Amino acid sequence: MYNDKDAKKIVDIIQSYARKHSLWVVAYGTGCGAIEIPPTMTSRYDAERFGIRGSATPRQADVLLITGYLAVKTLKRVIRTYEQMQAPKFVMGFGSCTINGGMYWDSYNTINALDRYLPVDVFINGCMPRPEAVISGFIKLQQLISEGKAEGAEKYLKNLEWYRENQNKVIPNWNMPDYNW
Amino acid sequence: MEINWSSVIGIVATPVIAFIVGVLYGGAVRKITARVQNRYGPPITQNLFDIIKLYSKKTAIQHGVMQHLGPVFAITASVTSLYFIPVIKDSPYFQNFSFNGDLIFLLYMMVFGSLGMALGAGQTGNPNSAIGVSRGLSQMVGYEIPFVLALVAIMIQFKTTSLNELLAVQDHFTNWIIFQSPLAFVAGILAFLGMMHYAPFDVVIAPAEIASGPPSEFGGKYLGLMMTSGSIFAFVKLVLFVDIFLGGASDFITLIIKTFLLYMIPVLTGIVSPRFRTEQSILFFWKWPTFIGILAIIVVVLNG
Repeated sequence: MYNDKDAKKIVDIIQSYARKHSLWVVAYGTGCGAIEIPPTMTSRYDAERFGIRGSATPRQADVLLITGYLAVKTLKRVIRTYEQMQAPKFVMGFGSCTINGGMYWDSYNTINALDRYLPVDVFINGCMPRPEAVISGFIKLQQLISEGKAEGAEKYLKNLEWYRENQNKVIPNWNMPDYNW
Repeated sequence: MEINWSSVIGIVATPVIAFIVGVLYGGAVRKITARVQNRYGPPITQNLFDIIKLYSKKTAIQHGVMQHLGPVFAITASVTSLYFIPVIKDSPYFQNFSFNGDLIFLLYMMVFGSLGMALGAGQTGNPNSAIGVSRGLSQMVGYEIPFVLALVAIMIQFKTTSLNELLAVQDHFTNWIIFQSPLAFVAGILAFLGMMHYAPFDVVIAPAEIASGPPSEFGGKYLGLMMTSGSIFAFVKLVLFVDIFLGGASDFITLIIKTFLLYMIPVLTGIVSPRFRTEQSILFFWKWPTFIGILAIIVVVLNG
């Protein structure tokens, strides 16, 4: 038991428990789904009882919640926000628009699948998902964290070239700093 | 050289106790806020989870030496001021470094953490940090004046600057300084509202307004260090006020009861209040609290 390197140490158990029960969310609310965030956070549905709290800046945040469609112009800001967050960090796609484009699937300036540009850990489907669905998405994320499967940040770093290629395809004037900032 | 083991144990135990009590108080405040807003609220240990999570972040970005040192300054100031306050009255374990004249030293030491944070936040280059720092330092000029006036009134009245001697004066319930010098207590408690940074005086950390102000560029371990320091510093301020005005505490249960009741004054004021603008906040402290503080000194001097 003492030499088993794959065994979970007690520190890991404490860390994953704390990570699971303390999710600070930066809600990127430019899509229409942003209207579902206030009832989720306030007294009707009260997400704070699960340790889910809004965060003021990306530097302090753990979860990036993309609420709905992303225009090409906002995608650039989302990527910038995501890269400012500190690992371990998680992305949640919210609504049909982040899965396949939803009702904007043939629009000229929105992206269809968020998964091609950022590593999404949990998708919540629906147009738009109710607060119960949002909270169940967070519970799913908590499960993934405690199982050690929410490794979006590592996936992004490992496949950075592929993500950059996809991002560069849709964003014409790419003048952003490197990843290490 | 003979080692005084009881003080060694005290030196090790004091910051740990302060941290645990401060963190649980922070969680209790979140729970109480939630109940007032008709929510269920997070568990009382939520702040502890937050701090552990922040310490276990895998990356922590920093933009320079001062940003690295800012949170370190903050926690140094918190723990140092804690060591100069007798936490438990007449206990051999918790005297730590308290000495004659420690009130004046504490007045300086309690500002040190904020100044360190200001230097650290200044280097991040975030405009919200700069606004937060300027707000924080302006507000500090506001509430330090009634606070110092209240302390000076007490120093003149009891002709001492030592916390231990002040505790010795308050040997009975009727001799508490809150009853011997009520004007100084009023000035002090109004300054205390500003020191705790709850609404309506939360102009520094205004999350919806300036994106949490000074710590807006701090993430991961730096933010964890700042939260740790904040928890300890809340305990420091509470124990200081209990020692000065409420007769100290001779055991832990009394300490918890007194500090918690004192803590509820800024918290409950905060829950039902909106936020002042910075100049309103400073003007508030420069009007009635300052006037009452001056009045306290005049009364003390006239009574001779």
